[in-house]
Amino acid sequence: MMEVYLDNGATTKVDPRAVDVMISFMLKDYGNPSSVHSLGQNAEEHLEKARETIALKVNAKRDEIIFTSGGTESDNLAIRGVAHKKGSGHIITSKIEHPAVLNTCKRLENEGFSVTYLGVDKEGFIDIKELEDAITDKTILISIMHVNNEIGVIQDLESIGRIAKEKGVIFHSDTVQSFTKVPIDVEKMNLSMASFASHKIHGPKGVGALYIKKGIGIDKLLYGGHQEKDLRPGTQNMPAIMGFAKAAELMTDDDLARMQKLRDRLAEGILDEVKDCFLNGSKDKRSVNNVNISFRYIEGESILLHLDMHGISVSTGSACSSQSLRPSHVLTALGLKAEEAHGSVRFTLSRFTTEAEIDHTIEAVRSVIPDLRKMSPLKKGMEDMKWDEVDHDHA
Amino acid sequence: MMAMYSEKVMEHFKHPHNMGEMEDADAVGKKGNPACGDVMYVYLKIKDNVIVDIRFQTMGCAAAIATSSMITDLAKGKTLDEALKITKSDVAAELGGLPPLKMHCSNLAADALLDAIKNYREKKKAGAA
Repeated sequence: MMEVYLDNGATTKVDPRAVDVMISFMLKDYGNPSSVHSLGQNAEEHLEKARETIALKVNAKRDEIIFTSGGTESDNLAIRGVAHKKGSGHIITSKIEHPAVLNTCKRLENEGFSVTYLGVDKEGFIDIKELEDAITDKTILISIMHVNNEIGVIQDLESIGRIAKEKGVIFHSDTVQSFTKVPIDVEKMNLSMASFASHKIHGPKGVGALYIKKGIGIDKLLYGGHQEKDLRPGTQNMPAIMGFAKAAELMTDDDLARMQKLRDRLAEGILDEVKDCFLNGSKDKRSVNNVNISFRYIEGESILLHLDMHGISVSTGSACSSQSLRPSHVLTALGLKAEEAHGSVRFTLSRFTTEAEIDHTIEAVRSVIPDLRKMSPLKKGMEDMKWDEVDHDHA
Repeated sequence: MMAMYSEKVMEHFKHPHNMGEMEDADAVGKKGNPACGDVMYVYLKIKDNVIVDIRFQTMGCAAAIATSSMITDLAKGKTLDEALKITKSDVAAELGGLPPLKMHCSNLAADALLDAIKNYREKKKAGAA
């Protein structure tokens, strides 16, 4: 059976070229970059080259990048770092952020900070005017993600950055999903901070980076040695950092163009043929690798498991596959009804995705959806039933 | 995901028993809410207080579909009084267990069967009066 991995928004296969680099930094160049001897200084040299590689991808300077353990740590360091440096104040973010941002902001509310969570329109965009109006003289930070991890929608960071600059507010973005796939220019976007993760771009897990513009002061989360500009102590994870930098170099414009073509082929192949389904999020301003579709009258976990039987890996925004038993906070923020969020499936492509894999997926979806609908009472039920009370906390 | 469910659950999920609508059902039971992600309809054909045929339609996760399929196996051929004694725990046990999170929300089948039998008895009572 053909194996088709379309869950690259969750994680990606490590590129073999990145693996080769990593192995040499475990077996041969295993020095500690803080050591003064040659082996250590050799590692230090490579570490700085890796830093430069990441910086160049986003038009930053080498000494504006620090390495972390991944996207979650980068988001925490950025947001908590600013909050604790300032001591008090107001933060603006959105309702569709990744939990690494949302739960960090919720924690800060418990610590006495105030937070505004901006809503989004039905396409998934925040209202720039609403953001501007939310800024007060107490506002210390704006944190708005670039590409949404569930629906792939690209926020207009340039406009947000312009406002942040005018008002003199620090601007952070979770750019984990956009890095290497959607252009990031920290100068043009006036970003103060941006978070990156390696395992979304065919690098290893457990490593990421944070861009911090020169002059932005933040508190650190961890205490120890003076590594990473004294902001992130601990011996650098050299094999992972080198694998991350290698992976960042490998994405080409041709890859992006091919992914976009396959993305559209997949979306059209499903939307044109399957009844009662619709695309979630903007059709045009979305990442080259994301298709998110809600199928009415059926539930996402069942769709996911049936596609899995066809060798296809996807994910869903259904409550039934979450630990919380709540539907996706992103899809409900778009205005979807809970039952529409339950029927959502996210397909995320990579540069390794082939046309044959996309065609296999289209064919599988076209057969699985009608099969599951035959099993569902819902189309009829929608017309004739008074439903039981909704009780999301019943577990 | 596969390890989350027992082999028996996956077997019933992949190949559900007694699935589909019953046009001439003597009683229908309905449970769940699309907002929660699970809705089950159970259809009964009853003769002399015995369930001679039973079918189901379910929208929901693997657990919801497997429990629906299982209850049709358990209830078929039973008298109404016997069928009323089937509990959620019986259904889960027959399936080799369910993930704790799914025990309550996706284990609707026993409730839907109860609803169908209740509807049947009310209808009969109304008819006799």
